[in-house]
Amino acid sequence: MHRFLLAVLRRDLTLAARRRGDWMIAQFFFVMVASLFPLGVGPEPDMLARIGPGVLWVAATLASLLSLSRLFADDHQDGSLEHMVLSPEPTVLLVLGKSIAHWLIYGIPVLLIAPVLGIQFNLSWDAILVLELSLLLGTPILSLLGGVGAALTLGLRGGGVLLTLLILPLYVPALIFGAGAVDGVMTGTGAEAHLSLLGAFMVLSLMISPWIAAAALRVSLE
Amino acid sequence: MKLYTFASPATFYHLAGKLIPWFAWSAGLLTLWGLYISFFLAPTDFQQSEAYRIIFIHVPAAWMSMFIYLVMAFWGAIGLAFNTRLSFMMARALAPTGAMFTFVALWTGALWGKPMWGAWWVWDARLTSELILLFLYVGIIALWAAIDDVKRGDRAGSLLTLIGAINVPIIYFSVIWWNTLHQGASISVTKAPSMAAIMLQGMLVMAVAAWFYTIAVALVRVRRIILERERHTEWAKAILEGDQ
Repeated sequence: MHRFLLAVLRRDLTLAARRRGDWMIAQFFFVMVASLFPLGVGPEPDMLARIGPGVLWVAATLASLLSLSRLFADDHQDGSLEHMVLSPEPTVLLVLGKSIAHWLIYGIPVLLIAPVLGIQFNLSWDAILVLELSLLLGTPILSLLGGVGAALTLGLRGGGVLLTLLILPLYVPALIFGAGAVDGVMTGTGAEAHLSLLGAFMVLSLMISPWIAAAALRVSLE
Repeated sequence: MKLYTFASPATFYHLAGKLIPWFAWSAGLLTLWGLYISFFLAPTDFQQSEAYRIIFIHVPAAWMSMFIYLVMAFWGAIGLAFNTRLSFMMARALAPTGAMFTFVALWTGALWGKPMWGAWWVWDARLTSELILLFLYVGIIALWAAIDDVKRGDRAGSLLTLIGAINVPIIYFSVIWWNTLHQGASISVTKAPSMAAIMLQGMLVMAVAAWFYTIAVALVRVRRIILERERHTEWAKAILEGDQ
């Protein structure tokens, strides 16, 4: 069973390694969205530190959506997705593997870039550390829930925009707990509560969303 | 005759046709009664004066907006589990009314907020979660609109409704905690006001009216959906040609 999961992972990572441009776009998008905010609201360091956690979290959310619309689309186009769904291996594992691969390709680079952007936003080292922790717990949620959206909108006209409309409301708890954790450190109330809730939400998404995404995938391929 | 006889669109079409006038008339009469209570019987509030009367529309609309979402999720789950076509049609028929009530709740909330809090909008937990509920409704309706294939659309919409239903409580509590962190003690709308019995009565009458209105409208809409989907069958053809 886990061999299938590993095979899906290896396949997606190999594909991503061969098409580097694709996933770099999401990361540049992340950097650009975050960099636009100081231009829009002004460069005062105090204010930037105040809005920084929220801005970085929103930017990470949007960047995940940008790459999620492609999660199943390429395999759907060349027909390999149908074969994988028709194979005797459980579709849940296929979806889970693809979500994990998405997180490795999109989430890890976000984790690497976020501290640099945190410095740009004048965040303290403590805040940056908690930001990293919150992104570490939170970005898997985005990949998991996003898998549901990607499966539901597979092959539709304007699927990318529709995906945004469907999934952003579901991201709200992740955004609140994630940005709240960093805020908690900065205002001195502590980040533990938010991080625990974020972790709980991550576990819940991990338990539920692969099943719903697998069901959605079967519906979309019928 | 078993209850599930009515799971057949053809039988339900006629049953719905018979039920609609009852629900529609009850809704109309109850609305008149509720409005009479709200405007003539209910006393003027000593704190909020006349402006509080919007509660008679606002609260039933907010209740219905959440209740209809749960009913949609229920029909979606039934449809996915038992593969009954009518359940999906009911879910689709309910969605626009649910979105409408959500919008009405937000709109009347803004109208109420202006004289009470001095602001059209505050990022209060209830307002924010109601706004996100509206986003969920819009997302589901947009997904249905984007999928031409009826069967796929039904199932995809129901799955989205279900994952939304799991998320709604999480969103609600996250927004409450977010709110307490950010706003401190600014405005408390969560404290239930001690309410005169007649006010409560007016509100309940309006809530039942909204409930009957929803049923009537959903049945009208589901009849249209049934005819649209069954247009190739003999009985639907007979009705369609008879109408014209």
